[in-house]
Amino acid sequence: MYEFFTTTNLGIALLITGQVLLIVVPLLVALAFLLWADRKVWAAVQLRKGPNVVGAFGLLQSFADFIKYVVKEIVVPAGADKFVFFLAPLLSLVLALVAWAVIPFNEGWVLADINVAILFIFAVSSLEVYGVIMGGWASNSKYPFLGSLRSAAQMISYEVSIGLIIIGVIISTGSMNLTAIVNAQAGAGLLSWYWLPHFPMVFLFIISAMAETNRPPFDLPEAESELVAGYQVEYSSTPFLLYMIGEYVAITLMTALITLLFFGGWLSPIPGLADGIHWMFLKMGFFWFLFMMTKAVVPRYRYDQLMRIGWKVFLPLSLAWVVLVAFFAQYGAFWGTYARWTTGG
Amino acid sequence: MTVAGFAFYVFALTVLVGGLFTVVSRNPVHAVLWLITAFIGATGLFVLLGAEFIAMLLMIVYVGAVAVLFLFVVMMLDVDFAELRAGMAKYLPIALLIGVILLVELGMILGTWVTADGVEMLAAPVAGEVQNTAALGMVIYTDYILLFQLAGLVLLVAMIGAIVLTMRHRRDIKRQNVVEQMHRDPKAAIRMIDVKPGQGL
Repeated sequence: MYEFFTTTNLGIALLITGQVLLIVVPLLVALAFLLWADRKVWAAVQLRKGPNVVGAFGLLQSFADFIKYVVKEIVVPAGADKFVFFLAPLLSLVLALVAWAVIPFNEGWVLADINVAILFIFAVSSLEVYGVIMGGWASNSKYPFLGSLRSAAQMISYEVSIGLIIIGVIISTGSMNLTAIVNAQAGAGLLSWYWLPHFPMVFLFIISAMAETNRPPFDLPEAESELVAGYQVEYSSTPFLLYMIGEYVAITLMTALITLLFFGGWLSPIPGLADGIHWMFLKMGFFWFLFMMTKAVVPRYRYDQLMRIGWKVFLPLSLAWVVLVAFFAQYGAFWGTYARWTTGG
Repeated sequence: MTVAGFAFYVFALTVLVGGLFTVVSRNPVHAVLWLITAFIGATGLFVLLGAEFIAMLLMIVYVGAVAVLFLFVVMMLDVDFAELRAGMAKYLPIALLIGVILLVELGMILGTWVTADGVEMLAAPVAGEVQNTAALGMVIYTDYILLFQLAGLVLLVAMIGAIVLTMRHRRDIKRQNVVEQMHRDPKAAIRMIDVKPGQGL
């Protein structure tokens, strides 16, 4: 039986399918509750109750919403490019899910342990912009088109600074493999994680992640007061649901990425305690909570302010940081904190 | 057929079909989307060759940046391909001639291909335990440092040129100075006036 799954083509295909399902199904189920939690936190900040009717504490609200979305009628605009119109939300969801293939949840718990894992995630997230552009264009309507142009410009702008921040981490680790990046942070618990040596970049990364995933306060593509609902205006029923799930999967991916790059992934914060997958989930949950709270308490940015921060503040800062980290790593500053591959960390 | 062989045919077919439909699509936006499909197929081919770093760069640079720009331009300009293609039959002989010349040139180059000693070592740095990315870095930053820096310089010049060409500093519009705005305080911005009834200001 063991040989069948490791040597024959059919066995390997079945094994990989099983692993994929093992990631996707819990992710989507968790997403249902994250959506609920998002609304609950938002409501709590605004002194409302939030969803509280379906199931205990409204826990099953997302499933009710799911059924509602699926059974509604799909409306296609008259002049729409039908194929691209339906391809766009699908692409959005599939690309958001594909990036999870290289995310390690624990030591060795990873679907594809590739050398260039972090570049792969970066490449896939740079493709996500197509879901937005194609959706906006295929709707053949001016508001979605304007919304998609805005959104695409926003995603491209913040990708640049995300890439530069990631380069700093890669220089410190000497590898682009996510497992290696986490293992390089092992040692003195909380204090040896990358958030300390890369301190200012952690904030830049979290803010850029919010902008990249169109999360409030940077949800300009959906700015209802100006653009109705951005590129999603003409979408209804299941295609809209796909867009929404894709967006939330991408946000969850960003929380995983923040955890892996700067907060030690599955490593325990206190040296004595055992490492494990629970730390990973705990940290991801914490950052999700941070994202929820940001959505609730921060007002939306104006578009030119968003662009100004991206290009005139984040880009020069992260570029200067890359140069600084490279110097630190080359000359072994701070006892090799910035060059973990030399100290065997 | 091995899995790698099967994957090769899938990716190669993607590139060919993508390239073909890029040329024959009536809608320019569809043409760009097919071009992106071809790029993604090429990425897969690079991965099969063991050049995963180049594959990811291709995806990030071409698909994630260049093709997005193409798509923007094509969407905005409303190019009518059918009109552009109207005189195609007239130019077909010249196009065919150019194609044949290029093909012959390619054949001539391939026929006289000579490789120097030790070049294989440089061209294929995938040697056992050294990772793809590290191997590339070792070659680029040592043997080809001059060419690499020159390429960077060319890109820099192109970038500055593009900025200079498009920069228009308009003096007649009101601009925001964010630093100035943030350093305003109520004392400097608000003036209290005691308005007498019946007189106004």
